[in-house]
Amino acid sequence: MRTARNIGYILGLPVLLVLVWWLSTLGSVNFFVPKPADLVETFGEVWFGDRFFSDVLPSLGRLVVGVAVAILIGVVGGVLIGSVRWLRALLEPTLEFFRAIPPPVLVPVLMLLMGITDSMKVMVIISGCVWPVLLNTIEGVRAVDPVLSDSAHTYGISGWARVRYLVLPSASPQIMAGVRQSLSLGLILMVISEMFASSSGLGFTIVQFQRSFAIPEMWSGIVVLGLLGVAMSFIFQWAERNILRWYHGQKEVENAA
Amino acid sequence: MSPGTLAAGGAAPPKERQRRKAGKGAAKQLLGILGIIGFLATWELIPRLGLIDERFLPPASEVIAALVVDFGLTAFWVAVGETMKAWFLGLLMAVAAAVLLGFIIGSSDFLRKATNSTIEFLRPIPSVALIPLAVLLFGVKIESSLLLIVYASFWQVLIQVLYGVADVDMVANNTAKTYGLGRMARIRYVVFPTALPYLMTGVRLAAAVALVLAITAELVIGSPGLGREIALAQSGGAISGMYALVLATGLIGVLINMLMRQIEKRILGWHSSIRSEVIV
Repeated sequence: MRTARNIGYILGLPVLLVLVWWLSTLGSVNFFVPKPADLVETFGEVWFGDRFFSDVLPSLGRLVVGVAVAILIGVVGGVLIGSVRWLRALLEPTLEFFRAIPPPVLVPVLMLLMGITDSMKVMVIISGCVWPVLLNTIEGVRAVDPVLSDSAHTYGISGWARVRYLVLPSASPQIMAGVRQSLSLGLILMVISEMFASSSGLGFTIVQFQRSFAIPEMWSGIVVLGLLGVAMSFIFQWAERNILRWYHGQKEVENAA
Repeated sequence: MSPGTLAAGGAAPPKERQRRKAGKGAAKQLLGILGIIGFLATWELIPRLGLIDERFLPPASEVIAALVVDFGLTAFWVAVGETMKAWFLGLLMAVAAAVLLGFIIGSSDFLRKATNSTIEFLRPIPSVALIPLAVLLFGVKIESSLLLIVYASFWQVLIQVLYGVADVDMVANNTAKTYGLGRMARIRYVVFPTALPYLMTGVRLAAAVALVLAITAELVIGSPGLGREIALAQSGGAISGMYALVLATGLIGVLINMLMRQIEKRILGWHSSIRSEVIV
């Protein structure tokens, strides 16, 4: 009974919305709004063919490489900058400025510096995604519990062991918050870099459909991007639950007390 | 315990501690300025030494000179005005809609459960996916920017408002009920103050996101504003001009961040998260 009600809660509104969409387009011939059945059909035709290999996979590849490199640079740089006090004071204002630059303006700049290449698109993703991770890591490293830090010092834990067992775990909630921001930024930058300068990829294909007024195809592209965003968010939540299990447990105990 | 006893109970006399703190702050600021100077010097040297061709990366001095020239041009300020207009209107609409919906959904257990899956599904959809739609519907007008800005910032605020409304202290709420406060009065005096810090966090995040989307729309779609000027400068080969505009967007970003932090401090002056910052 309880599960039935939960399923009702989860599916109720989406089903209702699709129903409204279906009914309102039943008799209409509106050029801009496709019918649900048409959209599903187009979706299959357009995206489960050659295009999957020629556009979707390369885009995804660039996204994964870009975000992974950005996280790596962000965490390593953040641990370094966060643990050295004068370095942090020296770099913080400059870094804040770089974070404040809206990442999409990097597309024309990098296009100029690197030409229209795959590595340019990866570079756009890296240079946009690195800031949230970097600055959050610095914040997290700075906020390491001083008692834990002193204890580690007393036990002679230093160098790599200190980073591995003290700094990284205690900064990980902040780091994950940064990663979450980077992921959604990365998806945006992937699409923009392809819309702006490309002859393949998801962003390019969708703009191409729009320019040739292939409306159902365009909608199906929007759906692909949406599904991608949702999938990434689920993967992230799963990863976060596993990585931060100890942290959420600790929070629960604290809240209960 | 009042703030006065806290400060007096500390190890060092308050005045001396304040001075020591000020000295530390000054040293930190000095290092920060040194960092900026160092960055600009590196930027100046890279093209001068020929590491990157001057045609692609002009030295910092040239770019800053171009930015100063921009400051004297009406066209530059018109573009800034267009960008800020889209930013402000978009943010305003998103916040208004999110607050209204957030309070309605948040105050009913049924609505919260029923909308959860839909919200979780719609939220991660990247707003750039709507670019083709915006172009079809509005072309290169400001409405295109607004569509993207509102969609992106709406979720940031809505989620925070929902968290905030859920955080209401049951004891406070029941006390208010016992004292005969009506639904509207409870929303005004119990729910709203609880949700306000969350709301401000959401607005601060949304303000940054709104700027990114405003610039994106101008850059990719070509609606009027700084982003379009950047695209034009790039395709027209006005390279120093392009870098100057990129710097300008960064400055706007910094200003918006500072402004939002100030507003947050002003509005939440009564809240413990801000008060404790002041005391320590």
